[in-house]
Amino acid sequence: MKLNGAQILCESLIKEGVDVMFGIPGGVLLPFYDNLPGYPQIHHILCRHEQGAAHAAEGYARATGRVGVCMATSGPGATNLITGVASAYLDSVPMVAITGQVARPFIGKDAFQEIDITGITLPITKHNYQVMSAAEMAGMVKEAFHIAGTGRRGPVLIDVPSDVLVEEAEFRYPDKVSLTGYKPTLRGHPAQVKRAAKMISDSKQPLIIAGRGVIVSSGCAELKELAEKCQIPVVSTLLGLGGFPGTHPLFLGMLGMHGSAHCNYAVNAADLIIAIGMRFDDRATARVSGFAPNAQVIHIDIDPAEIGKNIKVDVPIVGEVKNVLKALNAEMEPQNHGAWLYRIEEWQRECPPLQIRETSDLLPQYVLNQIYEVTRGDAIVVTGVGQNQMWAALYYKYDRPNTFISSGGLGPMGFELPAAMGAQVGRPGDAVWCIAGDGGFQMTLQELATIVQEKLPVKIAILNNGFLGMVRQWQELFYGKRYVATPLSGPDFVKLAGAYGIAAERVNDRALVTGAIQNAMSHSGPYLIDFQIEPEENVLPIVKKGEIISEMILDKPREGVKAK
Amino acid sequence: MAKHTLIALVEDKPGVLNRVSSLFRRRGFNIESIAVGHTETPGVSRMTIVVDGTTVSVEQVRKQLDKLINVVKVTDITDDSLLSRELALVKVRSTPGTRGEIIEIVDIYRSKIVDVSADSVVVEITGDEEKLGSLLRLLKDYGIREIARTGRVAMSRGSAGPVPGEEQAHARGKRVRKAAEPEA
Repeated sequence: MKLNGAQILCESLIKEGVDVMFGIPGGVLLPFYDNLPGYPQIHHILCRHEQGAAHAAEGYARATGRVGVCMATSGPGATNLITGVASAYLDSVPMVAITGQVARPFIGKDAFQEIDITGITLPITKHNYQVMSAAEMAGMVKEAFHIAGTGRRGPVLIDVPSDVLVEEAEFRYPDKVSLTGYKPTLRGHPAQVKRAAKMISDSKQPLIIAGRGVIVSSGCAELKELAEKCQIPVVSTLLGLGGFPGTHPLFLGMLGMHGSAHCNYAVNAADLIIAIGMRFDDRATARVSGFAPNAQVIHIDIDPAEIGKNIKVDVPIVGEVKNVLKALNAEMEPQNHGAWLYRIEEWQRECPPLQIRETSDLLPQYVLNQIYEVTRGDAIVVTGVGQNQMWAALYYKYDRPNTFISSGGLGPMGFELPAAMGAQVGRPGDAVWCIAGDGGFQMTLQELATIVQEKLPVKIAILNNGFLGMVRQWQELFYGKRYVATPLSGPDFVKLAGAYGIAAERVNDRALVTGAIQNAMSHSGPYLIDFQIEPEENVLPIVKKGEIISEMILDKPREGVKAK
Repeated sequence: MAKHTLIALVEDKPGVLNRVSSLFRRRGFNIESIAVGHTETPGVSRMTIVVDGTTVSVEQVRKQLDKLINVVKVTDITDDSLLSRELALVKVRSTPGTRGEIIEIVDIYRSKIVDVSADSVVVEITGDEEKLGSLLRLLKDYGIREIARTGRVAMSRGSAGPVPGEEQAHARGKRVRKAAEPEA
């Protein structure tokens, strides 16, 4: 069957099960868009900025585990995608980004809207392609989805010159890929699993650090089995939240820069760290020298290059987390670590985590806590970056995988709204809460229009403190309280929402928080709440600058700080 | 810090050299030399890459290289018994008086004169870096006008060298085993 390049692209996307894509058309993509109505199986969501399209594809992928697809035209369209592509790369999110390119004869001539997008995205994609003939399109799309959605997940970019979209070729979708240089190790080596099992059996104070790999590999049940069988407490990285039930008695909380005190103390005191599907990011470890000084380390990860990259590892196991944990569980005998768990409980009594102080002030912690209560922990929470992200990570308990959606590695402000949109598209039956700061929200708020056009009932909570809050917090704690370039004005968010046709309300009284959240939940469409929170509230604890993980500024009631 | 010799078998496709060199830059390595050529397997090229670094950091970059989709296999052969060669063309100033001496030196090094002009000769030499270095030191006194070097190509002695196209049981560099992860 002879088809043109655009039709081959559409057919190939359908073969890969794509039913939704986020994009913005442009000159070189016209042949694609012209053919799109012939493929009603693919719902194209028109975003208002390509960064929004990329984050939406990420949000979709993070909420569903499927490959997210975004599209942008050549030149500025392609460069606008980059923040989302980089975010997907750093957090191992499966994504296929398709960019238009100028026609083949113009490549390399600095033509209008020509940019070397494969060159630009080289270090931030798992792989990328430039399709130089319609005949190679199907094979490249097949490979792209295979690479994006297997092994350590990641973004793959496909660059398509406009004349390839109109060129005709025989269409036959390949049934399998043959990539000699790409063979992810999926099963852990049995001898390594045995060594790990022995090490766990010998340990007195073991601690599991669970990362996003648990969720990506669908290994949550296996992790729960390991923790319960061997009575090992679990801490989570930021992106690991939801991989182990947040309400489980063995779940301690989040570790790291803003980890709860007892979690960080446990890391420091553990004699064995079982790191599962995580990469020892500096926000999780704090200072690397002196990290878990008493512990041997078992590191389970699908990416061999993560082994030994940041931390010296005693027993590495390369493989998909689910498979490795299954094998490991088969080796383990039930254990008990009563004394160790008791010691952690004592720390918890000394430094009670997640306290919300009694005050009439409108505290962000209270807002998150109430969203948790009203949604009964059943919502998908999508965060921005900064204070709002940390409060959302700490004060909402995540019992299920893919319910906490946040850009951990890249940390792009403005992630929240488009990613929430993508998550809602992928999980139409779930309540999706977008937790935004007033700074980040102003970076991508144009997607409110997309949300309305697509009738997506996203609930938006702006934690409005009039500051770029996390930077302000650092200025307060580490730069002599000199607030340079952090005080921030904004629009009247309620009026703004109104202009887009979105129901909204402002809350500046603690007593009204719960009601507002209930209003949002009972409203059938999108809903925005502008929470005017305590401006100088800090995220605590915080590990002191340059210190090891157990050296924290603790969460104590603040004195002398009052709203302006 | 020591010099490491990496052998990368890569797919012969546009942009692969860029992917490889860009990765070294990204991870903060300076490539001392890189030599690329076809192999006995059609569609597979062989890169000999010489970099400076600690064993741990070179192992990290080797693993990152191995992740590139177009890279079939990467091996650090530094510790192997190596055959290592480099070719250089050296244009040396010569006068009727010095030409004879230059020819004598060139003979001792079993290299050869490949071009002669009124005021210069071009010497072709093949050997390891040590041999090249020592000839260049001798020729320096006559006045070296131009040097073109290929960079190192290398191969392990015996049958232990990487064989392209073999199944994935061997598709990871043997350094993986050194990182305490025995291969399946």
